Amino acid sequence: MKYLSEFRSPELVEALLTEIKQSVTRNWNIMEVCGGQTHSLVKNGILNLLPSQIQMIHGPGCPVCVTPVSLIDKAVHLAMECNVILCSFGDMIRVPGSGMSLLEAKARGADVRILYSPLEAVKIAKENPNREVVFFAVGFETTAPANALSVIHASREAVTNYSILASHVLVPPAIEAVMNDALSNVDGFLGAGHVCAIMGMHEYYPLVEKYKMPIVITGFEPVDLLEGILMTVKQLEAGEAKVENQYARIVTEEGNIKAQEIIYEVFEVTDRLWRGMEIIPMSGYKVKGAYREFDAEKKFNINIEEAPENPECLAGEIMKGIKKPFECQHFGKRCKPSSPLGAPMVSSEGACAAYYHYSAYAEQVTSP
Amino acid sequence: MPQLDFDIITLGHGSGGTLTAQLLDTGVFRLLGNELLDKKHDGAIFNLEGRVAMSTDTYVVSPIFFPGGNIGDLAVNGTVNDLAMCGAAAKYLSLGFVLEEGLKMEEFWDILVTIKSACEIAGVQVVTGDTKVVEKGKGDKIFINTTGIGTVHPDANIDIDRVKSGDKIILSGPLARHGITIMSQRRGLEFETSITSDTRPLNKIVNELLDEFGNYIHLCRDPTRGGIATVLNEIAKDATVGIDVAQKNINVEEEVHGACEMLGLDPLYVANEGLFMSVVDATVADAFLQKLQQWEHGSMAAIIGNVVTEHPNQVILNSNVGGRRVINRLTGEQLPRIC
Repeated sequence: MKYLSEFRSPELVEALLTEIKQSVTRNWNIMEVCGGQTHSLVKNGILNLLPSQIQMIHGPGCPVCVTPVSLIDKAVHLAMECNVILCSFGDMIRVPGSGMSLLEAKARGADVRILYSPLEAVKIAKENPNREVVFFAVGFETTAPANALSVIHASREAVTNYSILASHVLVPPAIEAVMNDALSNVDGFLGAGHVCAIMGMHEYYPLVEKYKMPIVITGFEPVDLLEGILMTVKQLEAGEAKVENQYARIVTEEGNIKAQEIIYEVFEVTDRLWRGMEIIPMSGYKVKGAYREFDAEKKFNINIEEAPENPECLAGEIMKGIKKPFECQHFGKRCKPSSPLGAPMVSSEGACAAYYHYSAYAEQVTSP
Repeated sequence: MPQLDFDIITLGHGSGGTLTAQLLDTGVFRLLGNELLDKKHDGAIFNLEGRVAMSTDTYVVSPIFFPGGNIGDLAVNGTVNDLAMCGAAAKYLSLGFVLEEGLKMEEFWDILVTIKSACEIAGVQVVTGDTKVVEKGKGDKIFINTTGIGTVHPDANIDIDRVKSGDKIILSGPLARHGITIMSQRRGLEFETSITSDTRPLNKIVNELLDEFGNYIHLCRDPTRGGIATVLNEIAKDATVGIDVAQKNINVEEEVHGACEMLGLDPLYVANEGLFMSVVDATVADAFLQKLQQWEHGSMAAIIGNVVTEHPNQVILNSNVGGRRVINRLTGEQLPRIC
């Protein structure tokens, strides 16, 4: 923790804020792509410390939020109708599908279990040879290696009653979707440090080259975030667009090669629908043919119709940074974490949920 | 443990017949017996003088044994502490068990021994109780309900309506130990730690504080489930006041902090057992803190915040890095994050 405390030092924060204020000459919109970064900015009260010229735009980087309704419906269907043991990470089970969440399915008698590691799901499958066990494999590039590893383990140990419902999404295509959007007014990006710890930096060079926008790979502590903002501002003020690495203590140029090998052993890149957005080309992972017996979608051949998003939710505009959470008329009124209308309010790392939990504005609109 | 001709709880132990009598006589009465309980009446008859407080709670913790305690002392201390927060010294307890068929007698015995010890430390007596047995799969080994009754300290005037602007909020120690201890024992998440639950009775220290500061203590709460964030929000809303807290004064032990970081949990929302929060008149705050710091568990006690007139109903945290943000109520259970 002593190591971490350096990245929460009030003196360093103060010094960085001063330098940011001295560096800014005009308005800049900077998107932090990752929900963890949004969470940290709001939780530490950093947004109101920044000079008014800098607007932080909250990106689509919350894997729980962007999991499409139809996939949750499939998970609920497997749990309710197919008598499977449905295993999931904790924060996924509250997210509503079109009918119900996995938490409601559990309350109605489905065998839904909260796990902390997909390898635990393989263990459950071995202990319950007469039941099918499905792990709801959600997440960005960060959780993909562990999820892939669970498939490799199950395959090696001939565990035939285990499969995964894969819902992996990838960060660089999401950044490109925002860069491409005509309505988006983002000037620069903070890249998600933990994603780059796995994947390295190389995916960002072509994006920066093509769209001429800076991307600074950034960590999650207050000092990390302010350093990342400062580096982005300096590039913007100088008219530059480069990939820079603020999170050098964790992120290397090539990333974690072993983890990448594990990912590509099991997964291949595919088009993926993002909740609240649209299908983003080549933005997700699906299970490779060689491991098709571990792909729950194929194994159970589920036919679930695509459920429409709630049209009253501004998720797409929020996640692309076109609107702020409190610019939505339903924010904190009809739409709350206990009754979310859409993606950014469904998990605690979604932009709307972060504002709801930590922002004074949330209370002003909810108080009578 | 006594020599018994059974080693697990069966449905027969809840039948009210011979097996029930055997279980109670060799277990509960043998360990917890006293003048009132030994009468084995349908209820307990006693006199209490002055203002009386009563509180009930049901304990459903899993796992039932954890570092620093088990469901037994939790059930005694929890109700003793609920009464202490009313300014009352618990005197008598009722003890209701819901046992699951298959519970090992050895485990039940260990829990009873802990209950006996917790009662002695807190100075309370179990005077009436009940035992039911449910089929396997319909309980989680053991559930315990305790109801406590006790007399209110003559100088206590603890009432949410007395919380006013200018009051100081004092926390008796570091956060989140109980919740993290339980989490570290959960299946699939077990991690090595020396963290133990902070379950302990608070009646003696609260009584001493009332002896010295009496009417100046406006409110006491023990932030169990939902943590201090929930209690702070309840105070702000129920008293229609604003609350400002300073993150730098809220103590979290290093190991607890590390576990929270790893799991993505905010210690402000994690459960505690032997911690309490007092809202006191500003004129006695420093002396109150000094007294609390002399208590064997009070070395990390601190004044964490102020009651203010601004932003009524809201709790605002002044973060370590100089920012300000709301501490809101939690929606549902706090769950470990995905990444």
